[in-house]
Amino acid sequence: MSALDPREELAQRLGLASVPPVRFESPDEVKKLLAENDYLSDEAIASVIYLADRLAKPVLVEGPAGTGKTALAKAVADSIGARLIRLQCYEGLDESKALYEWNYRKQLLRIQAGRPEGAGSEEWHHLEEDIFAEEFMLTRPLLEAISASDPVVLLIDEVDRVELETEALMLEILSEYQVSIPELGTIRAKQIPMVFLTSNNTRELSEALKRRCLYLYVGYPSVERERDIILSRVPGISSALAEQIAQVVRSLRSIDLKKAPSVSETLDWARTLVVLGRSEIGDEDAAATLHILLKYQSDIERATKELLGRSRPVA
Amino acid sequence: MLNILGDFIGELRAAGIPVSMSEHVDAARAVEVIDLGDRSLLRATLGATLVKDGDHLPVFNTAFDVYFSIRSRESAEALLGDELDGRERDGDGAAGATGPGQSRGEGGGSTSMSAQELADLLFRALRDGDPDAMRFGAAEAVSRYAGMEPGRPVGGTYYLYRTLRNLELEALEQRLLAGTLGDHPDHLGERLAHDEVTSRIERLKSEIEREIRERLVEDRGSEALAKSVRRPLPEDLDVMHANREEMAQLERALRPLSRKLAVRLARKRRRRRRGPVDLRHTVRRSLSTGGVPLDLRFKPPRPAKPEIFVIADVSGSVASFARFTLHLVHAISSQFSKVRSFVFVDGLDEVTRLFEGVEDPAHAVARINAEADVIAFDGHSDYGRALVTFHHRFAKDLTKRSTVLILGDARNNYHQAHAEVLADLHYRAKAVYWLNPEPTSYWNSGDSIVAQYAPYCDRVIECRTLRQLEAFVGELA
Repeated sequence: MSALDPREELAQRLGLASVPPVRFESPDEVKKLLAENDYLSDEAIASVIYLADRLAKPVLVEGPAGTGKTALAKAVADSIGARLIRLQCYEGLDESKALYEWNYRKQLLRIQAGRPEGAGSEEWHHLEEDIFAEEFMLTRPLLEAISASDPVVLLIDEVDRVELETEALMLEILSEYQVSIPELGTIRAKQIPMVFLTSNNTRELSEALKRRCLYLYVGYPSVERERDIILSRVPGISSALAEQIAQVVRSLRSIDLKKAPSVSETLDWARTLVVLGRSEIGDEDAAATLHILLKYQSDIERATKELLGRSRPVA
Repeated sequence: MLNILGDFIGELRAAGIPVSMSEHVDAARAVEVIDLGDRSLLRATLGATLVKDGDHLPVFNTAFDVYFSIRSRESAEALLGDELDGRERDGDGAAGATGPGQSRGEGGGSTSMSAQELADLLFRALRDGDPDAMRFGAAEAVSRYAGMEPGRPVGGTYYLYRTLRNLELEALEQRLLAGTLGDHPDHLGERLAHDEVTSRIERLKSEIEREIRERLVEDRGSEALAKSVRRPLPEDLDVMHANREEMAQLERALRPLSRKLAVRLARKRRRRRRGPVDLRHTVRRSLSTGGVPLDLRFKPPRPAKPEIFVIADVSGSVASFARFTLHLVHAISSQFSKVRSFVFVDGLDEVTRLFEGVEDPAHAVARINAEADVIAFDGHSDYGRALVTFHHRFAKDLTKRSTVLILGDARNNYHQAHAEVLADLHYRAKAVYWLNPEPTSYWNSGDSIVAQYAPYCDRVIECRTLRQLEAFVGELA
């Protein structure tokens, strides 16, 4: 027995007319397309995106803050020309904010408008069926992504902020690409959307959620990759300066700081130096602009001392 | 392929990574849609489907290197290009053919290069950051210095140590630095050059380690080797017997661990059962329903936060365990109404003040050694004396809301136990817990006198790993 291709199988289950074509031919193509949208990926990132598409599975992206997790989802959406639907998670997020809600004001209006004098019970039965139709529903991001007919990328941002119970809401969507609504029945996806979840790892996510996703850890980039990111995102920067910036940031990350500089902060710093018209970083410049990279006074003091303050004895 | 995958997953599970059945199926499906010749793609694929925790990745990578290493010389020729995470794909020509040294698995010595030539080769490779030359040099170095003996059931750490010692990396580092230092007038440039050299040397080290591992796989096969190189996950490391590298891992694991624990506990507290009915609020709400109290309002819960007294043995053998526990308890100190810390060896000193106003408990913990006055006589743990001192100076502060935590292996160096003092502390406090970092089977052997104290403790708990420690501290709050 030969196993069915995962995409075919899912398409059959969703009752799609045809299997949606594969979005990427190979990891290299992913890399190329992302690069065109100003996102420099690496081997691991490209491979996981490729797999997510081939296997039709959601991707759970984890890593320190500011390493481009959200940007990755945006870049993927841009590169396949899809609409990005974003669900920002927070503590207290519930079904009515994430999935759907009945628009009860509209329902009320419908009841009042359509009440003829002395209507019988049959009329009421009719009405009841009527007011629980899709027309009276407010779709929230999750349902919107499922019911969309144009290509979409669903981004569930910072999923570690919701409670464990709310996480369970997402499980049906993540594994089956469908939503069950008691009054309406099951709504199945009209296409296979790409789904990204990001997490800053402030708490353990449930096993059930992790099991349904592919896992991608996005750490701080290597010096070479960070240099390339700076070069592609900061216009007018020389490659020598970009290299030096990347090196400084690596040294900073090796010091034990409360909050290591993120890639986005690196880019801010690079832009600042370009605006200041520097072609290389000296002690003075670094001391004067370190607050862009570091956000705690204790970190700044520590970094100044380690990197600039006293000369290191050799070895 | 499916067989290898099954074995590989077995190895991951043995190393402590939980891999579920459905993840196994996912991995099997995933490998069907990828190009198996591409080793880095295979690594990413298996990583994405099998490992769901960033902390598990190092363990996964080690296992992957062992199971999917280059198995024979023939495939080595074809695959060598992908080795370095596929980064240097253009390199298979030159380095691939000559890369693995001639004296594979034999005693060192019989290579074509002299020691000086090899040192020069590595110096040039490091200076230019040339990955092919580095790989070639690593292979040469292993052939020359490791002295690998076929069939020995070792994990390769010793071979690595031997190679590195003979390479005299410090001298190499000096030489590289000397080459760059001239151009950097300021501190920053100097520091950058230094860090760059360090990172290149690290790369060489990992290259050598990979080379050794590869040869070991060839010698003994994946399964046998996997067992010897298997390293436990950071949270399962035995705190008392961790070596320096493992200690660093533990330190790294501790911070996110305590942060997660704090978040979890804070949430738990907020979501706990509601308090009693708030009459005033309920009556006020009932006005909108004509005075009928449809909507009951409750007072927010105010569970009593416990007071914690930590008494930690900080003598050599258990010092690191005490440090971790103090760190963890203080990191979640918002969950307690008060935390007071005491450390002792044969004298006892309060160190609570060190933690006051300090944002990161790690800094305070680091200061304990320098600032606490814990040695009264010979610097050997004396639990009896420490308890007597504690009782004398602080017992009056204990109330029925206080929980006492005693950390230590209860190895009393044959001093007097003074268990009656603990009995009185137990009588005064809400609870007394004893955390022992030794495995249960060692208790009461030699000078360990856990049994004498145990009757006066509510529980004596074996606490060898961060996982156990976290579970206990979480329960406490």
